[in-house]
Parts: sequence; structure tokens; C-alpha cells
Amino acid sequence: MALARTLYDKLVDSHTVRHLDADGRRVLLYIDRTVLNEYTSPQAFTALREAGRPAWRPGASLGTVDHVNPTASHRVAAMPDAGAARQAEYFAENCRDFGIELFDVLHPLQGIEHVVMPEIGLVLPGMVIAAGDSHTTTYGAFGTLGFGIGTSDIEHYLATQTLVYKRLKSMRVTVDGDLAPGVRAKDVVMALIRRIGASGATGYAIEFAGSAISSLSVEGRMTICNMAVEAGARGALVAPDQRVFEYIKGRPRAPKGRLWDQAVAAWRLLESDADAVFDQEVVLPASDIEPMVTWGTSPDQAAPISMKVPDPVLETNPDRRRDMERALAYMGLAPGMPLDTIVIDRAFIGSCTNARIEDLRDAAAVVRGRHVASGVRAMVVPGSSTVKRQAEAEGLDRVFLDAGFEWRQSGCSMCLAMNDDVLGVGERCASSTNRNFEGRQGAGGRTHLMSPAMVAAAAIAGRLTDTRRAVEGE
Amino acid sequence: MQSFAIVTGIAASLPASNVDTDVIMPKQFLKGVDRSGLRDGVFHDLRFGTSKADFVLNRNPWREARFLVVGPNFGCGSSREHAVWGLGQFGIRALIGTSFAGIFFDNCAHNGLLAITLEPDQIETLTAVVSNPASAELTIDLPNQTITAPSGLRIAFDIESGRKESLVLGLDAVGTTLQAREAIKQFERGYLRENPWLA
Ligand code: SF4
Repeated sequence: MALARTLYDKLVDSHTVRHLDADGRRVLLYIDRTVLNEYTSPQAFTALREAGRPAWRPGASLGTVDHVNPTASHRVAAMPDAGAARQAEYFAENCRDFGIELFDVLHPLQGIEHVVMPEIGLVLPGMVIAAGDSHTTTYGAFGTLGFGIGTSDIEHYLATQTLVYKRLKSMRVTVDGDLAPGVRAKDVVMALIRRIGASGATGYAIEFAGSAISSLSVEGRMTICNMAVEAGARGALVAPDQRVFEYIKGRPRAPKGRLWDQAVAAWRLLESDADAVFDQEVVLPASDIEPMVTWGTSPDQAAPISMKVPDPVLETNPDRRRDMERALAYMGLAPGMPLDTIVIDRAFIGSCTNARIEDLRDAAAVVRGRHVASGVRAMVVPGSSTVKRQAEAEGLDRVFLDAGFEWRQSGCSMCLAMNDDVLGVGERCASSTNRNFEGRQGAGGRTHLMSPAMVAAAAIAGRLTDTRRAVEGE
Repeated sequence: MQSFAIVTGIAASLPASNVDTDVIMPKQFLKGVDRSGLRDGVFHDLRFGTSKADFVLNRNPWREARFLVVGPNFGCGSSREHAVWGLGQFGIRALIGTSFAGIFFDNCAHNGLLAITLEPDQIETLTAVVSNPASAELTIDLPNQTITAPSGLRIAFDIESGRKESLVLGLDAVGTTLQAREAIKQFERGYLRENPWLA
């Protein structure tokens, strides 16, 4: 009898061109698709040009400008920053010369790469997608193996449609039970990262399972898979189900007609065998999860909002104590402070983790009829131009604007602050993004990660707060 | 790609955990379209910020460091290969730590930067040795997989054979894969026939 396999094994096996070592751990892996951005791709194209190599399958790549573009409400083609302008220009030249479709800043489908790919139907179950951005794990929500690569590997992909790939170990994270009202997908993944640490899944591909995962929307699953990389995972999967098929059906680039039926029949088989063995099992009871916020400078330095800033003195591991002390000094926080007394200057709703339409609806529900606290600058940056149009059609822009939020154009924006959306030194921000590293949102800026609804509640209260208390009846 | 055989040089200790690629190469250095000009960007805020006098790479003899002995989960965060290019331009040839983030680890291999994984107690020993200016010099011998010091210290390390070979020979990964061009084409034809909605 054939050995029981995990979904991850099946995806790697079905994409293995050849084995590169005796035990089959290193393989030449066929890659279905990529999405390129303007800042991690230029040197890959230059290398291809220098070697005189074409793109193997240009139709399998898509370019979108997202990292460096401004998000000011009036969109123009010109980039105010010289470096950004050169990157955008070279990106356009590369896409044209290599025959790759490009969504530039004025394109109606432009947006953050990991928001755009699924929303136009380019992410399909059973695929392997590698892209020059660490959050490519997002696509795991579709039962797609997505992982981030560096520029050398972008070059390798473009030239050969393959990557030299080392098989990961497997981890299953089971979240069973019902999430308490007001607890979101973001809280689930933040609770996981807190539990296993920022390198808890390094060397692993995670498969998320359990009733709390299958009751999540596809967008919620994307949030979870997106942020799994903050625990070090280089692949995060959820077995695709009917909800996934319905999400994809009818999207512009999704298969149609007879091909659609054929595809769905194949996709239904994508799951781990019942007796497949995982290298590690983590169980996270859904009922234990509360709304989460980070207090430090690593995504695992997080806690439920009802708790206090931890005291390094109580940490027995000397390395962790040193890291905590450094983080608290950077964040300007004192041990023992209740987390919901932390006063903020900025609020940011955006990023590929949490700026899809459901996220904006969720945040708008918290904001509706209220106003941003005085002294807080709050902004919403939709994940894509499509999300922006849809939100406007639903009137969400008005809800945010009436509450005192800025309503901006799409892009990565203050998730990594490569454009002009930047925190000032010492400014404290409630953020729906994925990284609270030192200086991530601007040199000296202080980031607290949380769900978009929690950001919305913080913007209204002027301090970190429990959404469940901020919104009566929730 | 630059090849790696036997390299002798100063090693500096950077013990913090989760040193991310934003810290290694801050965003203001990511606006180029080539790989140049990243030497100044490496650990920019630490090298040029308010506590720069304390930063190990600003002190003798470590300002000449060729190796870094690093804390766990080094290189986490963004996929930016600029972090690795910058380390190379600064003169760093090898990193020694307990664990590296996956994308960063691969980026190192593609750029001739040797990343060595050791046990926590071995890192502790190495950290103590290289933190003393008098004994900061190490020799890394990749063909024989050893780290040695004049004091007699000798640590053997493991490395995957494929990774070792491409580092020692300085192989061009794309060129190597393209030798399998026909195998890829054949695979692709079969794969797209079986999954016609992807063709
Ligand atoms: S939104 Fe943030 S995490 Fe996502 S691709 Fe952009 S910079 Fe990266």
C-alpha cells in the first residue's frame, strides 16, 4: 500500500520534475505561477538580460506595482520619489520586454500582489506559487502551496519555471471549537505565533485544520496563511472545500465551463490522507483565543488585550529577557501596564494581511457613527483598487471618512513604509499589518499589530481597546 | 557566484534573536535597480544611530569582521535579498547561528554567503571566544566542514551536500538547471495535459 501522504507531500510530489538527491528531499520543483513587484524583481531581470535568457513561460507571471507607490487620494502615474520612479519605470520595461502582463499604478486591477492574485482568480487549488515576497504563504487558503523567494530565485523561476527546492517538515495546527464572538482570524494566527514563537515553524509547512478553520471565510483563511510566515513557516495550507470553490467561481481569470468542472473534480481530492503523519502537531482550542495585540518588536511578543505588558524580570531565559528589555525600551512601555491603557497616535488599516473587502466591512462596522479620537491620525488603505471600488459601492468610504479616517489608494503603504506613508520617531500606531519590527513602519516608529476591527476600535478610543467592549452587543 | 573554500578572518558576535531583514537592510536602501551601493545600508541604524559607539561592527577588531556569530532566527521577515547582498558588500563571508529564516538561508546560498547551523552550546562557546578581541579570529574550512581557531578550538559542522557543492564550486544555479531543459519541457507537457485548466 502506498504511504499515507499529507496535502503538502501531494503538492510537492505532483510538481516534482526530478529528484536531486538520493532520499528525495531536494527536488527540482515546477512552479505554476508567480507575481512580481517592482522592488524585489529588477536584479532578476538584469541577470536574465545579461545572460541573454528569455522568460520560460511569460504568461505564468503577473507584475503589479504595489510597494513603492504613493497612496494619496488622487492617483497619477508619476512617482514623486526618484528611486521609486526608476523602479517603476524599469519594471514596466522588463514586463514589456519579457512579455509579462503588468498592472501599473493606473491599472484598474492594481493592488497589493497577494490581494490581487486571488481576487482575479489566478490562485487555484493544487498549484505551487513562488513569489519574491515572504507573504506568498497567503495562497495556502486555497490549498495552494505558496512560498516566498529571494531575487536569485525569481531569476531562476523566470528562466526555468522551476526552483531547486528542499522539502519541509510538516506541522498540523488544529483549531477546533467555536471562536468567541469578536475573535477574528487575525487573533487565531497571532495566538499561534505567540504560542510557538517567531521561529516555531521555521523549516515547516503548516496545515491548518479543525472546525474553527473550516468555519472561517476564505478571506479569513488568507489572513491566517499570510501571517504564518511570521512563525517562520514557508508554506501554510488549508485543504480546499466548497467555500473555496465558490470563492473562485466566476472570477475573471478562473477556469470556465467544462474546464471548471474538470478542475473542481480534481480539487476535491486535495486533502491529507486520514492516516498521514505530521512531524509536529499543535492544538489550539478555539475557545481559548481572545483578541490579540503585540506589545513588542517581534510578532510573537503578543498577548490578549485583557492582559498587561509583561515583566522581563519574570522571564527565566536570559536571552529572552534581554530581547524583552530591548523591545520594551524601543516601544516605550513599562512592565505591568494594562495593554488597554496604551495611547496611540496613529491607526492604520491596510496590508495583504487585512485589507480585503471583509476586513474593511468589519472595521467599518466598528467605526460607523463614531469618530476618531482627537490627536489620532487614522487611515484606510484598501488592499487593491478592486477592493477600493467595491468598498465605495457599498458606501464604506463614507463611513470611514465621516469618522475622520483618511480614505486612500491601494498599495503596501505603511505596512513597510517604502512610500511616503511613514510613522515619525516615537509615534505609536495600531496597525492591521503583519510586522512590528523596529523601524518597520518608519525609523523609531512603534507598531502594535492587531485585527482591523481592533485597529478601528483603537482609533475611536485613542488607545488600545477590546473591540468587544468598544462595540456594544458584539 | 563567489566560491567559498577556506577563509580566515575576524568574527563578531550579534547575539540578539529574530534579527530581521528590515534591521539588516532598512527600506531606504531598497530603491535601487541593481545590487550596488548596499554596503552603507547594512545594519544602518545600529552602525550610524545614537548608540553607534557600542555597536560591535564599529569597534576594533570587529569592524573588519568576515564572520558573524548570530542569535536564533537570524534573517527573519521580508524576502529582500538586498540584506544578503549588503552583508557580502560589507565583507561578511559566513554566518554562524542556531537557526536562520528559510528565505534568507536560501538567499545566502545563492550569493556565496555560507550560513552554518550549530547547537546552542556551540554558539555559546564561539560567542565567548570571539567576544575577546585577542581571540576573535577564526578559520572556516568548508571542504573539511570545520571552524578552527589558533587557540585549538575546533568545531565540525554539517552542511547539505548540494549546498556545499554549489558554494565550493561557485556554481551558476540557473545554468545548472537549464541542463535539465528537456526534462522540464517533458514534465510541463504532461502536467498541463493532466491539468488542462492551467494550460
Ligand atoms: S502589504 Fe506588507 S507584507 Fe504585504 S506585500 Fe506589501 S509590504 Fe509585504
